[in-house]
Amino acid sequence: MRAFTRETSKVVAIPGVNCDTDQIIPGRFLKADRAQGYGQFLFHDIRRNEQGELDPSFPLNQPGAENATILLVEDNFGCGSSREGAVYALVDHGVRAVIGPSFGDIFYNNALKNGVVPVRLPVEDCEALADHLARFPDAEVTVDLTASKVTLPGNLGTHPIVIDAFARECILQGLDEIEMTFTYMEQIKAFETDRIASHSWLDR
Amino acid sequence: MAQATAPRTMLGKIWDEHEILRHPSGPSLLYIDRDMIHEGSFHAFADLKRRGLKPRRPKQIFGVADHYVPTIGRKSNDAATPAIARMIDTFDENMEWGGVRHFSISSREQGIVHVMAPEQGITLPGLMIVCSDSHTSTQGALGAIAFGIGQSENAHVLATQTIWQSRPKTMRVTIDGVLGQGVTAKDVMLALIAKIGAAGAGGHAIEFAGQVVRDMSIEGRLTLCNMSIEAAARFGMVAPDETTFAYVRGRKFAPSEQEWDRAVAHWRQLVTDDEAVFDREVTLNGSEIAPMVTWGTSPEDAVAITGRVPDPSAFESSEKRKAVTKSLEYMELTPGVALDGLKLDKVFIGSCTNSRIEDLRAAASVLKGRKAVIPAIVVPGSTQVKAQAEAEGIAQAFQEAGFEWRESGCSMCAAINGDVVGPGERCASTSNRNFVGRQGPGARTHLVSPAMAAAAAISGCLTDVRRI
Ligand code: SF4
Repeated sequence: MRAFTRETSKVVAIPGVNCDTDQIIPGRFLKADRAQGYGQFLFHDIRRNEQGELDPSFPLNQPGAENATILLVEDNFGCGSSREGAVYALVDHGVRAVIGPSFGDIFYNNALKNGVVPVRLPVEDCEALADHLARFPDAEVTVDLTASKVTLPGNLGTHPIVIDAFARECILQGLDEIEMTFTYMEQIKAFETDRIASHSWLDR
Repeated sequence: MAQATAPRTMLGKIWDEHEILRHPSGPSLLYIDRDMIHEGSFHAFADLKRRGLKPRRPKQIFGVADHYVPTIGRKSNDAATPAIARMIDTFDENMEWGGVRHFSISSREQGIVHVMAPEQGITLPGLMIVCSDSHTSTQGALGAIAFGIGQSENAHVLATQTIWQSRPKTMRVTIDGVLGQGVTAKDVMLALIAKIGAAGAGGHAIEFAGQVVRDMSIEGRLTLCNMSIEAAARFGMVAPDETTFAYVRGRKFAPSEQEWDRAVAHWRQLVTDDEAVFDREVTLNGSEIAPMVTWGTSPEDAVAITGRVPDPSAFESSEKRKAVTKSLEYMELTPGVALDGLKLDKVFIGSCTNSRIEDLRAAASVLKGRKAVIPAIVVPGSTQVKAQAEAEGIAQAFQEAGFEWRESGCSMCAAINGDVVGPGERCASTSNRNFVGRQGPGARTHLVSPAMAAAAAISGCLTDVRRI
């Protein structure tokens, strides 16, 4: 996993509450091998018109948006299907952090496992940021995980990033979780032996 | 001492029983009893191969082909496209490579993972179950902790049989009263989600309680827990009781007769203690719930079938007003229009929400010799449900009414096997998601119960099943 420490970037605001993972990547693209790159599928059907051409009015298609690595989203972003393809699409597009009032639980975890930081900010702050971006589209935001702080543009201030300490540690170091867990293998095996002894049907 | 005797919720008890250790910075390392795999899990297998690892406990992994399988035949080359066929074949290859017990497309046990797992006794009370599918919450209906995970987490489970997880908050949803005629578990969930919102239970595990739930069959409880995720709860649970034990007994992967008494004695202890405190309590009066239907593009956009398409200006938050305006545009609906009588193009009866035998019985009982006036398909949740429906004469009733009777799979719920609702078409569907494009690009979905779907098919429009 790619480590995340600090990221400063312009921000693209993606409108819509309950933006589900079917919007982030439609199901029909989930067959693709990751090596193909999932960035091309990001927001596929809402980013394009019926002819498949990029819709210039979609925020991600506007001039200057291509270099932004931070998204601003609305409530319950990434709800719905557990498809990790939604996060692959963000990663392969170059997104490093997503700021929003709330996220789907599975999406949130998937993001962390792929080095994308989901930043939960109170809805008022998200709305203030959206208003600011509407006036100053080039304004930058800094997500600093080392300091657990996000700095918003203008006079919108600096806010704490509330994130599980364990997840923060893993993503700061770009830690491989499987390898980390292997260091606990003795405890896992001892636990397992007891569990299977009392639940013999698990071993059939 | 206080620790050991403090009253606990069912979630707390099962969680504690699976906690191998707690990391100093918070999350628990949980033991996973059973992991379910489907075709979409290929990323996790690719990850294992890259690392030179194999599934650590293949006996505790179960694979089933469901998301991509064709419903017109039982061979991978019946699939809509060669790329889809390849997904089904790759699944078999991965399962064989990993030495994992699996139910491929032609197997008798095949079915939608959350339908076939309870059916085969893979889902049991007290277990910690994961599957890389968000509707894994379904399986909590038997008194298990069951939750959806992503592919990175899935690879971790395959490699270690464990997962790092922070304990969710708890929410009890108490549904008292008695459900009226024509009102089902599906309607209860749409009513709940309309009440608390699609983000309403985020970060929480829901335990369903109350008279309605105690009276409900396991199949109804599976529907409740299935749609927990549509309220953003990754976990849905119902306390195991006599109904549960009777359901589980004798199933293929359940405890044997020799193991039975010991298992049940343990399961009885898992229920929430009387004094246990939930982080949130929500109540619904079951007697007040009517058959429900969605009008928008989120499951929270649900009203009674007697209701009307709302006016965006009636919503409090500006975000929701914008979202409603957008979804009405997508759904091509005008505020104030009555839902009862709204013309449809298609009906889909299926998905892990509503494709079990009781669902099919309920839908078939509405037909009474009448014919579908619009294209309608029935996709049983499992090959076993299909066989049972054929044995009971239900399949014939559907066919005589002009419904297409298909092989089991996810089908038009996620539309990734090629069964799609066309652009602009309006479909009454017993599935769980009315998201933009979920049933195909441009498709317009109205979520309903199986009986409501059957009523819609014979009248060609959304219809209050209580009138039929
Ligand atoms: S039926 Fe639909 S919701 Fe259920 S597992 Fe399949 S695709 Fe997912």
